[in-house]
Amino acid sequence: MSTTGTTGATPASDTGTGTTRVKRGMAEMLKGGVIMDVVTPEQAKIAEDAGAVAVMALERVPADIRAQGGVSRMSDPDMIDGIINTVSIPVMAKARIGHFVEAQVLQSLGVDYIDESEVLTPADYSNHIDKWAFTVPFVCGATNLGEALRRITEGAAMIRSKGEAGTGDVSNATTHMRQIRAEIRRLQNLPEDELYVAAKELQAPYDLVAEVARAGKLPVVLFTAGGIATPADAAMMMQLGAEGVFVGSGIFKSGNPAQRAEAIVKATTFYDDPDVIAKVSRGLGEAMVGINVDEIPQPHRLAERGW
Amino acid sequence: MTTPRIGILAVQGDVREHVAAFHELGVDTVPVRRPEEVGRIDALVVPGGESTVMDKLVRTFGLYEPLRERLEHGMPAYGSCAGMIMLADRVSDGAAGQQTLGGLDITVRRNAFGRQVDSFEAELDFVGLDEPVHAVFIRAPWVDQVGDGVEVLARVGEGPAAGKIVAVRQDGLLATSFHPEVGTDRRIHAEFVKIVSSRA
Repeated sequence: MSTTGTTGATPASDTGTGTTRVKRGMAEMLKGGVIMDVVTPEQAKIAEDAGAVAVMALERVPADIRAQGGVSRMSDPDMIDGIINTVSIPVMAKARIGHFVEAQVLQSLGVDYIDESEVLTPADYSNHIDKWAFTVPFVCGATNLGEALRRITEGAAMIRSKGEAGTGDVSNATTHMRQIRAEIRRLQNLPEDELYVAAKELQAPYDLVAEVARAGKLPVVLFTAGGIATPADAAMMMQLGAEGVFVGSGIFKSGNPAQRAEAIVKATTFYDDPDVIAKVSRGLGEAMVGINVDEIPQPHRLAERGW
Repeated sequence: MTTPRIGILAVQGDVREHVAAFHELGVDTVPVRRPEEVGRIDALVVPGGESTVMDKLVRTFGLYEPLRERLEHGMPAYGSCAGMIMLADRVSDGAAGQQTLGGLDITVRRNAFGRQVDSFEAELDFVGLDEPVHAVFIRAPWVDQVGDGVEVLARVGEGPAAGKIVAVRQDGLLATSFHPEVGTDRRIHAEFVKIVSSRA
């Protein structure tokens, strides 16, 4: 088990399973890839064949959670087993914020990564899961740098910008990615004696803030999520500094999931080559219909869950 | 002699870590994503990542034939984890239709150690290195079988997988199940630079 301290700063060498390095390293291997939301083994297979670097198992995609309402929870273990048995790529699954027992169940099922996700209904409005207590690594959402660093302090081994899930509207993903990157750049430009106050303002531990200021990046991989629906959306987020992409409702709520999934994978690899993006964007059929984030009443915005 | 130009296959995976590892050794690297870039490199590194995705993208973007041809003509290559799978001639437990670039006369088993909760770090003895290597295994493969021309460089030391082959070399081809690029020990990357230089 990991013996890493509680600040979340990068540790020295360790041995055994569940170390910080194997948790964070797993996310490094996913870089430049696309992680796709799936609700059935059949969808998982389509995602794997299309070149997904991992699949995210959940009960309903965010667009349906939004449309149907009600409490949203971890998936049925049988469904997760079915997905694990169908694909050879990593399988991630979502637990509710603060629901450490859902996380224990997911670890026991053998999922490769747990997403402590604002897309599900939070189980605790004060505390997130103590992620150091697990062998399986966690990814968490963040809208800004302070939030990202608090999640890393709790043991998150990967961060995704939240965006606004289930909308097909990329604007919030853009806002959150720009925000995180801008705050990192600001830290890089601060003199060392101002980092103490910066840590206070970010509500994050000083050691971690100092590490980010030195390195100019988070100590864990930063993906993007929430509203990505087209190859161009994915490529834009990569150009804005994302290291990979989560696509939720955008694939299986579109006209031709297999083709769109493959196109988003290609656009993520060639995110800086407009000719490739143009080519893969042709003939994809209908994108998901989408909802403008502006039209969603504040209390129904998922990005505001988690703190 | 000019320094060799090492290409890092950059369709997906931990490209940045390999770039940084070689940079620390004073060796420049170039990313390889397009067929025309294959002709400009002296050696290839296939990084860690998801082998099914790399295989798919390598074929989709026309890299398969040129890379395969260069490897057949003796271009040195190093693969870590998914990279080991990509350089292997045979994969047991591959995904349906999964292919590899090949070159190494070995059979690898994907995700051989188990799922992510079984990923681990351990000290390994490594042929040619005086001190053990601190190895990071992430959903790693191991080598089930090696051909006659393949030298075994490291095996798992202890635990349930004790004795499993996790590093091999055949002529200019080097592969490890683990990720020396994730960490600070640069000796294996230095070994590869030596291999490349000796064959230039």
